[in-house]
Amino acid sequence: MIEGLLPQLDIVRKDFPILERTLAGGLPLIYLDSANTSQKPQVVIDTMVDHLERHNANISRAMHQLGAESTEAFEAARDKVAAFIGAPSRDEVIFTKNASEALNLVANSLAWATGDLAIGPGDEVLITEMEHHSNIVPWQLLTERKGATLRWFGLTDDGHLDLDGPQGIDELITERTKVVSFTWVSNMLGTINPVAEITRRAHEVGAIVVVDASQSAPQMPTDLAAMDPVERPDIIAFTGHKVVGPTGIGVLWGRGDLLAQLPPFLGGGEMIETVRMERSTYAPIPHRFEAGTPPIVEAVGLGAAVDYLGELGLSAVRDHEHAITAYALDGLATVPGLRVLGPLDAAERGGAISFEVDGVHPHDIAQVLDARGVAVRAGHHCAKPAHARFGVQSSTRMSSYLYTTPAEIDALVEALEYTRSYFKLG
Amino acid sequence: MTDAPGQDLDSLYQEIILDHYKNPLHAGLRDPFEAEVHHVNPTCGDEITMRVHLDGGVVGDVSYDALGCSISQASCSVMADLVIGKPVEEAMAIHESFLTLMQGKGQVEPDEDVLEDGIAFAGVAKFPARVKCALLSWMAWKDATTQSQGQTQEATNG
Ligand SMILES: Cc1ncc(COP(=O)(O)O)c(C=O)c1O
Repeated sequence: MIEGLLPQLDIVRKDFPILERTLAGGLPLIYLDSANTSQKPQVVIDTMVDHLERHNANISRAMHQLGAESTEAFEAARDKVAAFIGAPSRDEVIFTKNASEALNLVANSLAWATGDLAIGPGDEVLITEMEHHSNIVPWQLLTERKGATLRWFGLTDDGHLDLDGPQGIDELITERTKVVSFTWVSNMLGTINPVAEITRRAHEVGAIVVVDASQSAPQMPTDLAAMDPVERPDIIAFTGHKVVGPTGIGVLWGRGDLLAQLPPFLGGGEMIETVRMERSTYAPIPHRFEAGTPPIVEAVGLGAAVDYLGELGLSAVRDHEHAITAYALDGLATVPGLRVLGPLDAAERGGAISFEVDGVHPHDIAQVLDARGVAVRAGHHCAKPAHARFGVQSSTRMSSYLYTTPAEIDALVEALEYTRSYFKLG
Repeated sequence: MTDAPGQDLDSLYQEIILDHYKNPLHAGLRDPFEAEVHHVNPTCGDEITMRVHLDGGVVGDVSYDALGCSISQASCSVMADLVIGKPVEEAMAIHESFLTLMQGKGQVEPDEDVLEDGIAFAGVAKFPARVKCALLSWMAWKDATTQSQGQTQEATNG
């Protein structure tokens, strides 16, 4: 018996209807692609259907009963998300389309910022080599447009940020640093980064800290209010579909006074206080950053999703992921010619494990695994620079979640053995 | 209903494909050449650098450096072997025929006289996600050949 698994895993799995389906040829589904998108529990599906069936109306602008119900459901979702991340204030939670939009919102607003927040020649934005493209490209755009300089932390051979080397934290975080943006947990290497340490150092030089929480929010407890303010990021972003919520909804949390200082991102309905032909004034946060009709039912679904995770308990989810990841690392180590990219100790990583197998391309691995019902991801996982760092062009990635069982990991390992024999390797 | 992937692995991974994958023909980058192109498959990151040399209206050489899966590597090997030594016009017709096969969703009957080993890719057409893998090198070849023709044209025009 493996320690740390979610109690009553069988019953938890029943919450996810898709896990019951079979694939072509009657094969059971073995879904190991949750870092890409997670599956949805029945309660999320039902909540969304119920909203559409019974409460659908636009929010804030409808004076009728349905409008009030819809607005209430939407704003209740904001409260739930705030509770999920321990936001110091619920008004600091802004709904976006996804994590990418949240990160772009920040980078664009900073490009338009004046005064203290303005970024220009001589200023630096610091990112890392393990970022998802969504946390690289917006900063490239910002620094290119403003004539600022983009810098980044490199990686150690075992897949950690190189904070202690000659191009480490002492060298890279300086008076010139205006923004430090990095991922809490890597979607490719799995690495868990030292958010508190980097944030403290960045705050010492007055930089704004943005943390991409897309991979941490699903599998680790987040309690912003409990963090020491000097170690608390100024902004975090994550995406709804990885926390058992629907697609089309993401979250930006930002320190209230910082958000209030940032110029608006999109202009339109909902984000204004008053509009005259010459000029407008803007609504306070969160609405200031939510122009137009938002993804209402998606937000409501996300509210149900984070409630669901809250009921399971994020510490229990983290323990489960840790146990499954350790079990998977052991299993993968038995496959000849297999090399894991990233930390080999489950305590230092999340539940996404990327690997290579000598002599078989990741596409071909994923194809053969698919023929056995095992769904994984193959490619660069939107982290091309991190792949380049390890001298590989692509990799295969298995990613577990709260519903993953040890038997599914066994099936993966067995399917990898089969892949090797299919391609006549040893 | 199309065949679901998984039922039909062997139709995807034909023996010929695996042979070309293990022992690719015409691999490596060579001189002379008039055009060199670099193509990538943005979804998976497969990459190819390809050179084409035209010799009086005939494909004199196709040389390449490719990184990718078995389907993309084998397809490149088959393509190079098919077009080298052929008049450009005929090679373009082969290209067209391969494209039709790949875009045929498994409904197109391949012509072995035209495509030779290329018929082994008929099964790939049933796996939409892999069609791009099979086409990467062919698209690169067409691009490089068109550029080479431009070069040769300029040279003749002085
Ligand atoms: C670390 C990380 N950042 C950002 C994203 C982008 O999320 P989305 O595509 O939902 O915007 C992802 C997921 O793909 C991710 O894993």
